[in-house]
Amino acid sequence: MSIIYMLLAVSVVVAIGFFVAFIISVKNGQYDDVYTPSIRMLFDDELVKEPKQKKTTNIKNQN
Amino acid sequence: MSTKKEDILCYHCGDLCIDNKIVADDKLFCCNGCKTVYEIFSENDLTCYYDIQSNPGSTPSEISGKYDFLANEEIAKKLLEFNDGKHQIISLYIPTIHCSSCIWVLENLNKLQPAVTASQVNFPKKTVRITFKSEEISLKELVLILSSIGYEPYISLEDYTSGKKAVDRQLIYKLGVAGFAFGNTMFLSFPEYFQVDGFWIEKYKYIFRWLMFAFSLPVVFYSGWDYFVSAFKGLRSKVLNIDVPIALGISALFLRSVSEIVLDIGTGFFDSLTGLIFFLLIGRFFQQRTYSFLSFERDYKSYFPIAVTRIDKNKKEETVQVYEIEQGDRLLIRNGELIPVDGVLIYGNALIDYSFVTGEAEAVQKISGDKLFAGGKQQSGVIEIEALKSVEQSYLTQLWSNDVFQKDKVAAFQSLIDRISQRFTIVVLLIAFISTAFWLYHDPSKALNVFTAVLIIACPCAIALASPFTLGNMLRIFGQQKFYFKNANVIERMANISTIIFDKTGTITSNKKAEISYEGKELFKEEGVLLYNILRASNHPLSRQLYDSLSEEKIIKFDSFEEITGKGMKAKFNEKTIKVGSASFVNYEENNNTFQTSVYLQIEEEYIGKYVFQNTYRKGLDAVFESLGEFSKLAILSGDNKGEKIRLEKLLPKGTTLLFQQDPQQKLEFVKQLQQKGERVMMIGDGLNDAGALAQSDVGIVVSENINVFSPACDGILDATQFSEFPSYVSASKKSIKIIKWSFVFSFLYNITGLYFAVSGNLMPVIAAILMPLSSISIVIFTTIATTYVGKMLKKT
Repeated sequence: MSIIYMLLAVSVVVAIGFFVAFIISVKNGQYDDVYTPSIRMLFDDELVKEPKQKKTTNIKNQN
Repeated sequence: MSTKKEDILCYHCGDLCIDNKIVADDKLFCCNGCKTVYEIFSENDLTCYYDIQSNPGSTPSEISGKYDFLANEEIAKKLLEFNDGKHQIISLYIPTIHCSSCIWVLENLNKLQPAVTASQVNFPKKTVRITFKSEEISLKELVLILSSIGYEPYISLEDYTSGKKAVDRQLIYKLGVAGFAFGNTMFLSFPEYFQVDGFWIEKYKYIFRWLMFAFSLPVVFYSGWDYFVSAFKGLRSKVLNIDVPIALGISALFLRSVSEIVLDIGTGFFDSLTGLIFFLLIGRFFQQRTYSFLSFERDYKSYFPIAVTRIDKNKKEETVQVYEIEQGDRLLIRNGELIPVDGVLIYGNALIDYSFVTGEAEAVQKISGDKLFAGGKQQSGVIEIEALKSVEQSYLTQLWSNDVFQKDKVAAFQSLIDRISQRFTIVVLLIAFISTAFWLYHDPSKALNVFTAVLIIACPCAIALASPFTLGNMLRIFGQQKFYFKNANVIERMANISTIIFDKTGTITSNKKAEISYEGKELFKEEGVLLYNILRASNHPLSRQLYDSLSEEKIIKFDSFEEITGKGMKAKFNEKTIKVGSASFVNYEENNNTFQTSVYLQIEEEYIGKYVFQNTYRKGLDAVFESLGEFSKLAILSGDNKGEKIRLEKLLPKGTTLLFQQDPQQKLEFVKQLQQKGERVMMIGDGLNDAGALAQSDVGIVVSENINVFSPACDGILDATQFSEFPSYVSASKKSIKIIKWSFVFSFLYNITGLYFAVSGNLMPVIAAILMPLSSISIVIFTTIATTYVGKMLKKT
């Protein structure tokens, strides 16, 4: 049953690992603004598609 | 705002297009500014801006010369966050950020200007942090680009003086530590709670216990340390605050648990200990959340410009930081700029809007040689002034040297919880000592056990949670109703108010158009044409307002036209003379001095009539006064003249104090006097002229037409559209105090149940571990449901 020492040690190390990750993320300012990233991630797709489409129409109109 | 079907909205900003003439790419725009922004975007592949949200933009404003001060290296240095000669980083506050399109375009700035390497928006704070190559683009150019696309940053004297603020993340760390330790101790305490195999647990329980002890150390000495500090401070100033019983409970829990595991007599209460601190911190975290896009700490610095243009002896213009202005300096003030120091007008057509300082609604005309006060806004053309004082010694800024601006209202206020904890602590200590004495007599071995058990179980966790959760929730509900508070404590103070004082201009009157009524002989068609045209030629604000209210007439050309500054206008057409202006200008004698703002009209040396300008009061004002009058005294303090006295007397309940021509200092003194008589005063104002009174009052509320525009330091900001709802907000705050009182009753019931176990000497760790979270969670649920209900009632009205 002394495997329990091993298990305890592992569980505590894993827990501390997550805890340290949390502290680092707070320190990097991840919790300072919890709203903007939720919007920002929605932009990525449109960025790739839209510009090309628009470009052609714009040139047409300007000439 | 409702729009008719045929109305066409500007593709860029969503405003109404008046004449459908401004077209680009088949899209209609309300003005050339919006069209230009659209063209900039379409040339740079940024039209995606319009796909994310419709009509997202804002119209750019005229800014020539406004940002010249950014070229000054000393000033730029103070504003920059980082500068290594090649790269610079700056955080700019941009009030017009309002939708996801704004985020998108600001984060794609490098498409517009390749020298920008990175930009990141913080939406709640409405700031953008931009990294750019300073060799390719200067800070001034960057700001001009932002302004040209309608995202003009707001840079004020405050940015210059405050420097960089560090973010305070202490509470998140503490909460993190407590939560982490709480979770782990829970797991570690389970084996002993559910011991099935006696032999197994006997062998390993020591390792579990000492691990729990290790986890509890950072919780007590880091996360929970504030409670000891606060309790100690309270005791030193002879106040039994709520943190005293909490600190007692924490130490009793910790010391008893440690001695139990050291002496090998039990498991201790480590799980309850860490849980308690974790829950308390959650309450604190919940209460701390506030509105990051609003600031409640503004003083004159956030209104004042960083720099102005100085004219040196050789007639050369230079940008100078406002703190460097000395007596005798010649300054150039452009249209729309603020006068930063007291001075004398040297040259130019000065039309100064003092509404900021005095509350006087109307701009005043000044002639050279007149004294101008800091805080006035120039409204027509360029003027030159000579400084009489430095910024800090000016009339307006001196107000801020008053002690009231240092006062901490939260610390000065004795909250409900403070009052209850006084008695609570004494009762708990009494019970602890009496029961200990009882057990000392009967069974001394149990005495110490009972003493600590009472302190543990009586630890007012649920009481301490009731107030933050109720008030924190109400804070959010009020926020949804566009009533923003500085902190949760304000709600409690608001519920206690006995006198409410209103400012007049901008607070109970709306800033928008005045009502104009005509008194006098009826105008002939021909005379109407004359009036229309003479007003058309004038730039005086009253002329503009009157002109806008008249129906359109044909345009004629006068034979002669003359405008006499400060008096009025005189014109001739087909041998007919028309004079428009002040009473003395048209030789008309007013029978009774009404103080009303009027424009008089004379045609062919004969007085025809006058146009009277009256303030428009906010909708539902009489109803607001009536319902507020039911539970509090009312008063009006105005910086304006007596013109509206009769109208106000009709609106207000009889016996209401009405004071006019009050300067900022007088307003402050008035509030102070009432407080000395024992009144709890709420001040409702809008401008810098109320700043002193707002700071002095128990609750200072600012009414704002646009919450993104700066308001002076206050405890709460009320969106002007919600003004008529104000009385129901006050009563909602009273209801939330009732909710807190009910939660106290519930938590006392829990405490009494727990005390039964404690006093009888049967408090098992597992009972404490169940009772404590149960009472906390049920209080949280109760307050959440109750406040949501109050919020629903608010929305209905």
